[in-house]
Amino acid sequence: MLRMSNIIMLRPCSGTEDYHRHMSRFEIMTESNAYIVMDGLYRDMERRMAASPPGQCPVDLVLSFTTLCLAQSCGKCVPCRVGLGTLSGILEDILDGNADDETLKLLESTASGIADSADCAIGYESARMVLDMIKNFNDDFVEHVGKRRCLGGHDVPVPCVCVCPANVDIPGYIALVHQDRCDDAIRLIRKDNPFPVACGYVCEHPCERRCRRNMIDDAVNIRALKRYAVDNANVVDPPECSEPTGKRIAIIGGGPGGLSAAYYLKLMGHDVTVFERRKQLGGMLRYGIPAYRFPREMLERDIEAILKTSIDVKLGVDVGADAALEEILETYDSIFIAIGAQNDSRPRLEGEDLKGVIAAVELLRGIGDGDLPDLSGKTVAVIGGGNVAMDAARTSQRLGAKKVYCVYRRRQEDMTALPAEVEGAIAEGVELITLKLPSSIERDADGNAIALRVKPQLPGMIGPDRRPRPVDADLPEERIEADIIVLAMGQKVETDIYARAGIPIDSGTIEAMSNGQIVSNSKVFAGGDCATGPATAIRAIAAGKVAAANIDEFLGFNHTISVDVDIPPVIMASKPARGRVNTTEREAGDRKDDFVGIECGMTREGAEIESARCLRCDHFGYGVFRGGRNNKW
Amino acid sequence: MVKLTINDKIIEAADGATILEAAYAAGIAIPHLCYLKDINQIGACRVCVVEVEGVDRLAAACNTPVEEGMVIFTNSSRARKARRTNVQLLLSQHDSRCPTCTRNGNCGLQSLAANLNVLYAPYVPRLPEDRWDKNSPLIRAESKCIKCMRCVQVCDKIQAVHVWDVSGTGSRTAVNVSKNRTLDEADCTYCGQCITHCPVGALFARDDTERVFAAIDDPDIVTVVQVAPAVRTAWAESFGVNRETATPKRMAAALRRLGFNYVFDTSFAADLTVIEEGTEFIKRLTNADNHRWPMFTSCCPGWVRFLKAHYPDMTANLSTAKSPQQMFGAVTKSFFAKKIGVDPHKIFCVSVMPCSSKKSECDLPTMNDACGDPDVDVVITTREFSKMLHTQGMIPELLPEEEFDSPLGSSTGAAVIFGASGGVMVAALRSAYFLLTGNNIDPDAFSLVTVMDGWREAMISIPGTGDVRIAIISGLANAQRLIEMVRKGEASYDFVEIMACPGGCSGGGGQPIDMGAELAAERGDVLWRLDRESEIRYSHDNMDVKALYDDFLKEPLGELSHHLLHTDHNAWEMPCSDE
Repeated sequence: MLRMSNIIMLRPCSGTEDYHRHMSRFEIMTESNAYIVMDGLYRDMERRMAASPPGQCPVDLVLSFTTLCLAQSCGKCVPCRVGLGTLSGILEDILDGNADDETLKLLESTASGIADSADCAIGYESARMVLDMIKNFNDDFVEHVGKRRCLGGHDVPVPCVCVCPANVDIPGYIALVHQDRCDDAIRLIRKDNPFPVACGYVCEHPCERRCRRNMIDDAVNIRALKRYAVDNANVVDPPECSEPTGKRIAIIGGGPGGLSAAYYLKLMGHDVTVFERRKQLGGMLRYGIPAYRFPREMLERDIEAILKTSIDVKLGVDVGADAALEEILETYDSIFIAIGAQNDSRPRLEGEDLKGVIAAVELLRGIGDGDLPDLSGKTVAVIGGGNVAMDAARTSQRLGAKKVYCVYRRRQEDMTALPAEVEGAIAEGVELITLKLPSSIERDADGNAIALRVKPQLPGMIGPDRRPRPVDADLPEERIEADIIVLAMGQKVETDIYARAGIPIDSGTIEAMSNGQIVSNSKVFAGGDCATGPATAIRAIAAGKVAAANIDEFLGFNHTISVDVDIPPVIMASKPARGRVNTTEREAGDRKDDFVGIECGMTREGAEIESARCLRCDHFGYGVFRGGRNNKW
Repeated sequence: MVKLTINDKIIEAADGATILEAAYAAGIAIPHLCYLKDINQIGACRVCVVEVEGVDRLAAACNTPVEEGMVIFTNSSRARKARRTNVQLLLSQHDSRCPTCTRNGNCGLQSLAANLNVLYAPYVPRLPEDRWDKNSPLIRAESKCIKCMRCVQVCDKIQAVHVWDVSGTGSRTAVNVSKNRTLDEADCTYCGQCITHCPVGALFARDDTERVFAAIDDPDIVTVVQVAPAVRTAWAESFGVNRETATPKRMAAALRRLGFNYVFDTSFAADLTVIEEGTEFIKRLTNADNHRWPMFTSCCPGWVRFLKAHYPDMTANLSTAKSPQQMFGAVTKSFFAKKIGVDPHKIFCVSVMPCSSKKSECDLPTMNDACGDPDVDVVITTREFSKMLHTQGMIPELLPEEEFDSPLGSSTGAAVIFGASGGVMVAALRSAYFLLTGNNIDPDAFSLVTVMDGWREAMISIPGTGDVRIAIISGLANAQRLIEMVRKGEASYDFVEIMACPGGCSGGGGQPIDMGAELAAERGDVLWRLDRESEIRYSHDNMDVKALYDDFLKEPLGELSHHLLHTDHNAWEMPCSDE
C-alpha cells in the first residue's frame, strides 16, 4: 500500500516512540514511491483539466471542484470541514432537480460564510471559487433550479475543431497527412480557411489547447502537421466558382480577413473587388510577420490560390484618399471592411518624437516591401512584451544591430508573446530587461534618442487577466543606452474616415455584430482586427468566413461551400503515452543574421508518428454521435 | 474486400464494413444494444466490444471498420467481462421493475441481461426521478432510459423533427426535449418512431385502455370501435400468430369479444376519404391557378403537424379532407347515431390505430363537428389493443372468422391499402380516374419509380385531363427533402402522399415492436395482398359509401360533407412554428 509522506526534506520526529528509537531531532526524507506516484497523478490531473471539453455544465464542474477541495481539507476548522461538504450536497440537490430559489440563496450564504471565516486558503479559496461561479454562471444555476434543465452541452463535439475560430476539420486533415495525401489535406483545410500555408507556419494554434491527447501525454502538434501538409503539397487549385450572381461586393483591406471573405464570396459566384492600400496583398501576414517566421514565397502560395478564383484586386488604392469611401458604400451591393489595426498605439512617452524612435509596425511594414534599414553598430531597445515586440527585436538583430534589448514592465512569464518566440529571441541574443517601466527618452543636442529611462517595477495585485499589475518599486530610475528605440506596445485601428461616413465606432474599433454586420439589415460588414482590436490571423480568417456566409445570406442567396474529400477511416490501434514530435529550428547562431525561415518542418517519419497520435475525436467519443464533421457550410 | 480472422475463422468482408456486420455475415452474432443500423452506430453502450489482437483496448464492433489482417475475438474473457460489467452498470440506473413495464418481454436490455446470464447486479441502483406530464400522448420515463441515443438519432435522421436531444453533461447526461423545452412546447409530431426504436420502456404512448374498458363496462354507453387498415397486419404479432391466421375477420371477432357494441372498420371511412379527397383533387385540377401545388394528403396527423410547424406557409397545400379516423367519428356521431336512434352524446367512439399521433389528433379542438363532443373519444394503439386481448385471455388463432358490422364496416381493397405507403395515392387515383373518365383504370396499373428509400414517383396519364405527376413519401426527413426541392423548383408534382412513418401506417409508431426488425414492408405486403384478394377494389364501388351519400351526405364536397368530413387546418396552431 502506498502512503503519502511529507514533501519537506527535514521534519521533526513526531511521537515519543519514534524519538526514543532514533534519538534524533530530524530525519532526512527521501522521495517515497508514493510521493512520485501522487505527484504524477497531480500532473496528469493538470493536463486533464487543460483538456476539459468545451461546453461542460459549470454547476457540475463546481461540484467536482468543491468535492476535490474537501478532500484537501485538514479537517480542523468548521467552515472547511463541514461547510465544503454541505456545499457539495446543495450543488447535488440543484443538479438533481431538488432545489428552488431558497436553495440558491442558501448556497450563496453558505459559501459566503466559508469564504469569510475558514481558517486557511484550503477553505476560503474553495468558497471564493464557488461564489465566483455563482456570479459568472447565474443563468446556468437558474436554469437548473427553475426548469431542472442544463444549459451545458457539447455543441461542437470535437475539441480542436470547436476551439479553432474557423472550425477547420483538423482530425480530417491529420488523417490525410497520415496517409501522405497532402493535396487533399489542403483542399479540406481550404473549405474553412483559405490560408492553409499561413496557418501552417504562424497560426497561434488555439486548437492544441484543448486537444484530448493532453489527457494521455501532450497535445498533438497540429500546427506542424498542417505545415507538413503545405510543405509537401503540389499546387492545388481552388474549386470552381458558382454561377455568377451579378452582385458586386467591395472588400476594403487585402489581409487575411479581407482575402478570406473575397475567396468565399467569389466561390459563391459574386463579383468581388479588393481595395488594398499597400503595394502587395497579405496584410499583417506580409507587413507584420517577419519573413524568418513566414517565408514570403510561402505566403505567395496562399495568395496565388486565392487570386486564381479571379477576384479583382486594386493595389495601392487607399480608400479615403485614392477612392471615396462614400462612393464605395453607395455603389456596391455589400461591403466588407477588413482594414486591420495598422497604427501603433502607445501611452504618451516623453521623447517619442525624437530621431531614432520608431514604431514596430512601421519598421515591419517597411521590411514587408523590402525596405531593410541598416542597424549595424546600433543598440536597439524594443519596448513591449508581445509577439510584435519579439518580431521587432529579432528583426533588429537581423538588421545588424550590435545589441538588442527588449524592455518590458512586467515579468517574462507575463509576456503575451508566445513562449517559443521569447525563447527564440533570447537564443538569438536579444536581452530581456523585465520589470522596467519606460518613463522617457533621453536626447542628445541634435535631437537624437540616446537612452531610455525606466522605472523599476514590482509585481503587484493580480488583475482580471490573471497577470500581476506592475507597480513602482522603491528604487531610482535607471537608464538604458540605445540609439534606436522601437515602440511595440500595441496597435490601433484607423477609424477616422469610417466614423465620418457614419460607421459605428466603439472604443477605437469598428463596431460589428456577431454576424459581422455593423447594424441590423445593413449591407456593410466589418471583421478582423479592425472590429476586435489586434488579434490573430486565424481570427481574421474566421471573421472573413463569417462575413462571406452572412453577406451571401444578406444578398438573398444560400450558397454552400463544400469539399469532396473522403476522410480515411479510423485505424484501431493502441494509444500509449509517447512524446510529441516537435519541430526543430535552425541553430540560433546560424539563423540570427538572415531572414530565411528558422523553423525546420517535420520529416515524413515525424509526420507519420505525430499524425498517429491523433485520437480521432471525430470518431471516438461524442464525435461519431453528434457529427464529427461538417462537410459544408 | 479485406481478409480477417474472427474467432479463429478466416473470413472476407467488404471494405468499410464494421466488425459487427462482418461477423454477422460470417454467422457470428455479437451482442449489442444501442446499435441501430445506419442510424445509431455510436459505440455508446459498449456491449458490442470485442478484442482486437494487438490493440490494448476493446473495440466497439458496431462502428469499428474491419482492416486487412485483423484478428478479432468476440467472446474472449476480457470482452465477455467488460460486456457484462457494462450491462450491470446500465442496470444500476435502470428501473428494473420489469413486470409493470410496457416492454416486459420485449425489451433489449432484459433479453440482453438474460442472454449474458447476468444473474446478480453488484451495484446499488440509483434511479433518476420521473417527471413527465402523464397526459401527454408520448411519455418518457427517465428512470428507464439507458441513453442509447436512438430516439435522438431517429428523430433527427428519419424524421428531421429534432425533438430529442442530449441534455446536460457528465454523470447527469440525459435525453430530453431539445432546446430545454417541454414536449408540449416543442413541435413534436407524436409520430412515435422514437417509441418503436427505443430498446427499453423509456418511451411509450399514453395507455388509454382503462378508459376503453370503463366505456365498455358502462351500460348507458354505446361503444363503437373502428380499426385502422394497418392494425390488421400486426394485431396478433405479440401472440406469435402468423399473418395468414391473424385475419381481419378474426380481429373483428376479437373486438366483438372485448365487448364493443359495434365493430366497424376505418377502411369504410378510407373509401369515403378517397371520394372526398379525389373529388377535391379534381376540383383543384380544374381550377389549377387558384390553388397551391402540389396537393398534399392530409390523413397522417404526424405529417400535418410537421408541415404546420416547419412550413406553415404551405398549409393550404394540404387537402382539407379529414383523416379517415376523424371522418369515421363524425359520421358515427351524426349519420349512424341517427340511424340507430341513439343520442350521439351516449356514443363512445374508440379507434384502434397503428399510430400514436392519432391520440393527439382526436383531441384537436376542431374535431368535434358531429354533436359538439369529440368525434372520436379515445384512440388506442395496436399495442394497447393487443394488451387488451392478452388481458382478456384471448387466443387469436382459436377465434372464429366474423364479419364487421354494417354499415360502417364495409370496405374495398382500395381502402385497406391506406395502411401501406402509397396506398392512399393508388386508391385516390383509381377513383379520380373513374370520376374524370367514367372508366375504371386497371387497379394495378401504377408503376412507381423509386427515387430513394421512402420516395417513389409516377406519371399517370388521364385521358382528357393530361399527365398527373405524383409522389409517395414516407418518413418526415424525406418529406422535408421533397418540400425543399419543390420550393427551390428542383421538383414538381401535382399530388403527393406523405406518411410520417417509414413504410406508412404499417410501420406506425403505435404498432407492435420487434427489436431490431423493421416490419413495415412485410406488414404492408399483407395489405396489398388483401387488396388483390378483394372483390371490390375501387372506393367508388363501395355500396355502403354510396348509400351514405344518397341517404345523408348527398354529394362529395357538399354542404354536409364540408361540415363533417373536411377541416380547417389553420384553426389550430402548433406550439412552435418556424418562420
